[in-house]
Amino acid sequence: MELVQPGIGLLFWMTFSFAIVMLILKKYAWKPIMKGLKERENSIDEALHAADKAKEEMKQLKFSNKQLLKEAKEERDAILRNARKVRDAIVDEAKLKANEEANRIVERAKDSIQYEKMAAVTDLKNQLASLSIEIAEKILKEELSAKDKQKDFIKKMIDEIQFN
Amino acid sequence: MIYKKINLKLIYFIGILSICSIFNFNVTIASNTNSHNDLKYDEEIITDEEFNAGKIIVEHIIDAHEWHIADIGHTHISIPLPVILLYNGKLDVFCSSKFHHRHSSYKGYKIETEGENKGKIVRVIGESMETDKKAKLPLDLSITKNVLALFISMFLICWIFISIARTYKKRKGMAPKGLQSFLEPLILFIRDDVAIPSIGEKKYERYMPFLLTLFFFILFNNLLGLVPFFPGGANITGNLAITGVLALFTFIIITFSGNKNYWVHIFNTPGVPWWMKIPVPLMPIVEIMGVFTKPFVLMIRLFANITAGHIITLGFISLIFIFGEVHVGLGLGVSVVSVAFGIFMTILELLVAFIQAYVFTLLSALYFGMATEEHH
Repeated sequence: MELVQPGIGLLFWMTFSFAIVMLILKKYAWKPIMKGLKERENSIDEALHAADKAKEEMKQLKFSNKQLLKEAKEERDAILRNARKVRDAIVDEAKLKANEEANRIVERAKDSIQYEKMAAVTDLKNQLASLSIEIAEKILKEELSAKDKQKDFIKKMIDEIQFN
Repeated sequence: MIYKKINLKLIYFIGILSICSIFNFNVTIASNTNSHNDLKYDEEIITDEEFNAGKIIVEHIIDAHEWHIADIGHTHISIPLPVILLYNGKLDVFCSSKFHHRHSSYKGYKIETEGENKGKIVRVIGESMETDKKAKLPLDLSITKNVLALFISMFLICWIFISIARTYKKRKGMAPKGLQSFLEPLILFIRDDVAIPSIGEKKYERYMPFLLTLFFFILFNNLLGLVPFFPGGANITGNLAITGVLALFTFIIITFSGNKNYWVHIFNTPGVPWWMKIPVPLMPIVEIMGVFTKPFVLMIRLFANITAGHIITLGFISLIFIFGEVHVGLGLGVSVVSVAFGIFMTILELLVAFIQAYVFTLLSALYFGMATEEHH
């Protein structure tokens, strides 16, 4: 019978100590433990989440890197193309200008040659004229050396003037 | 790795347990106990009476006013415990060694050795050893063996979990370590596999302190009960007072957290024909009985499981002495078998320690869940 008769003292001490221990543990053990567990779970969750996000971001970054590279290539190509165009244009223009200049120089040379030629011709003409006059003078001197001949000549000249 | 380690430790622990349970039975803790001052020696002559297995087993599993450790020859080695008595508004506090192992009375009290009050403290007539049949029983609030074991286990539980709580504060967000990593799976088990599925995500937190305290109290005391020597060995969870108080706490919490839905279910059970409620309130009576049987069954289940385990283990060990009385050689021969069965039972008890702690907690959680369930 002793086995199934609960002792009053034990009942009392058990109720008393269990209640107190439960309150103590609630405050100093279970609360911090549950809080710690929850915090850790949250932090693990967050870390996993962050890792996922980072992965996603990395993917995006990779993608955008590719995009960037592609764009850069395109831009480089465009720049090169432009540069080539500009270069061609410049070369063309320069050629044109050079041609014009050359033409002008040639023209000028031609002009000056013409002018020089004309000057030479005029000079020649003048020299020729003065030479002719000299010759004529000499011939006249020779021919009018006699007095009668001088008279004839003057007469002829006067006749001529009269006719005019 | 960790689990392997724990496994090894567990096996080691079980081994020690089994060995100790064998030696504890009659003569142990020999030489070094002499130096302990708190132990009380009493030279007395034990008459060479026949070995009575039933008596010895019951003595091992019930409460006592002293903590019996061993007998060496004819010497009882036991720790005397304080006796606190309230009789007619008078408080008496003295040491249980004054009773001289139930052989003498003190201050008009003695420990009854026979009859229905066997083991209890009763009044005596004068200074004699004669029981005062007319006097009522004094209110016995003594620190008995079970009360002391209770205090020790409570202290142990507080110490362990408060230190673990400190580790949680110190190592915020870090992986568990040491004792923490050993007990954390159990705490998580109670939370994730007992409380949340039974009570629900929303309300479980209110009940966690009780469920955790309950689980670890039962578990620790079940395990301590398996340790055959001081400070274990007291059969706490195999005592009706202890399991009764635990069940009472569960009952009180169920009653106070019962919502409208719960009470409606008891007094006006839905889905039952009206003639079962009026004029004879058959269903309400059944339901109200259920309210009380639930904690009652909790109380009996834990008590019976633990006590039964202890009785069987002790029974196997007793076989050695029963056969030993017939012939020493026979006793030695039987001891091999008895020890093997004793080890088997202890291992089984280890399992039962976990299972019973789990079952008590799970059922409590389920009842809380039923009490707080919303109408659906």
